[in-house]
Amino acid sequence: MILIGERINGSFKDIGAAIKERNKAPIQEWARRQTEAGADYLDVNLGAVSKSADDFRWLIQTVCEAVPTPIAVDYNKLDLIKAGLEAYREFGGGRPVIINSTTAEDSKLIPLVELAMQYNAGLIGVVMDERGSPQDIDRRVELGAKIFAVASEAGLTPDRIYLDPIVMPLKFMQEQAKNVLEAIRQFAMISDPPPHISIGLSNICSKAKERSLINRTFLVMAMVMGCDTAICNVCDPELMNAIATAELILNKEIYSDDYLKAYRKGREGAKEAL
Amino acid sequence: MPVAIPDVKKSWANAINTVTLGATKDEGGTRTKKVTVGGATSLPFHHFEGAMPYPPAIAMEVWDVAPQDWPEVLAEHFKDVWHDPGLWAKKCVEQYGADLICLRLAGCDPVRQNRGPQEAAQAVKRVLESVGVPLIVWGTGNNDKDNEIFPAVAEAASGENCLLGTITEDNYKTLIALCTAYKHKVIAESPCDVNIAKQVNILATDMGFKPEDIVMYPTSAALGYGLEYVYSVMERARLAALRGDKMLSQPMICDIGIEVWGVKEAKASEQELPEWGPQRERGPLWEATTAYVYLLTGADILVLRHPRAVASVREAIKQLMGDGLK
Repeated sequence: MILIGERINGSFKDIGAAIKERNKAPIQEWARRQTEAGADYLDVNLGAVSKSADDFRWLIQTVCEAVPTPIAVDYNKLDLIKAGLEAYREFGGGRPVIINSTTAEDSKLIPLVELAMQYNAGLIGVVMDERGSPQDIDRRVELGAKIFAVASEAGLTPDRIYLDPIVMPLKFMQEQAKNVLEAIRQFAMISDPPPHISIGLSNICSKAKERSLINRTFLVMAMVMGCDTAICNVCDPELMNAIATAELILNKEIYSDDYLKAYRKGREGAKEAL
Repeated sequence: MPVAIPDVKKSWANAINTVTLGATKDEGGTRTKKVTVGGATSLPFHHFEGAMPYPPAIAMEVWDVAPQDWPEVLAEHFKDVWHDPGLWAKKCVEQYGADLICLRLAGCDPVRQNRGPQEAAQAVKRVLESVGVPLIVWGTGNNDKDNEIFPAVAEAASGENCLLGTITEDNYKTLIALCTAYKHKVIAESPCDVNIAKQVNILATDMGFKPEDIVMYPTSAALGYGLEYVYSVMERARLAALRGDKMLSQPMICDIGIEVWGVKEAKASEQELPEWGPQRERGPLWEATTAYVYLLTGADILVLRHPRAVASVREAIKQLMGDGLK
């Protein structure tokens, strides 16, 4: 699994305040904690607290200074993503990068695919368009196929394309979880080798009481369907244990009695190799 | 229309660990030669898709006591020297070109002479002063006995950066502590089981031992005696390692001579089995053939006995390495 740490996002109160005050400490603390927990990438998102390219640049620099972990440049406006990529090129020293994200609308998709090519980045494509988020399986798959086709046409290889089926809150849209799982299964058949399939995991447990349990149960089910990337709370040890166990059950990792330790060590080792 | 041949090259996420044995004077030892194994970034000898920076190394087996049960076609090469492990090692290096010496402390085995720690340490010292190549020291496999003799052995070889073995799932703490204290590498043994191979590595590293200081021994079997089972275990470990499993990324050692010279295809004389042809040909051939197979599934160190097996395996390695041989 490719795990993208979700925590450096201006929508979290502490990070939002830190961005406003230009206070590096809480941001760098989360960068370290998520890295130690085994994140492959750190999502970096201004949230709603700022629309300033300068703030985004500062935020990315702050993260790059603290840890060697690659980042996912996360914003919904093209100009800020470009500013973020520029900053990352300067401070990230050639680490891998993912753009989070495009939708299937031509006005976003085409320029963001170009940007991904230009910056040698991966690209998350969320299956929504001008008509909004799909409520069924077919529309999800249709938009996923469109994103894949446009990105491939432009030269992005499947290992740089991440399709996101849009996870919705279980508490409010219970019937959608099953649709998302089926869409994942069908995404995995779009090409051989398939694109990455990425979910914004924490949406599933929004406002629910049993957040951690819902998260890890859903992620394991998504993994069975072919999901291989998640933006999630990597600092939840039960979630990490469930992922490690699911990887064994899917025969992607080799069993040993202390496989949880091995999984953690492997994630640490991967970090050292960067 | 020409048919396009698909490119089947794979690129792997991870490399096998590199392990260097032996320490020179500058490094606190007395070795004149060091041996490095591992480092591969693809399956063995797949030079078209990755690097294999170091060829597999050949260790020749020397005992601390004269063996009683080696067949004549094997014994004839060593019985002039096997009263002294130093002379025996010297012959292996100078006459047969061994990259490493594997000193097996067979004489310490309670079912043989049951020799003690000081005699074991003496044998180690004799080999170290007689040859300049790095040393592997293989214990008896009896947990209590190994834990009794290895403190003296590890100390006697202090600073020489030897490879000591073996640790197992049930017995690893003493030897790991000794290898840490005296700066040796360790052999992690598992009973032909990839899950346990991984587990032993986790246990060792949990004590703070570096994963890069471990060589795995996944058990060996002679041709005709479960070799294909071991092959598949080693293959599975190597594939997992190349895909990124850090707890299976260790180089592998195969203990071949002891297995092959225990089976009738190598051991039985032509008087016993005339239809199988001359033992002088058959024995070394059985040993070499067994070794070839392990080379193909990722063996990094081969422990061999017969000089002709050594020569032909060395030639096979040379040919398989092709231009990749340094």
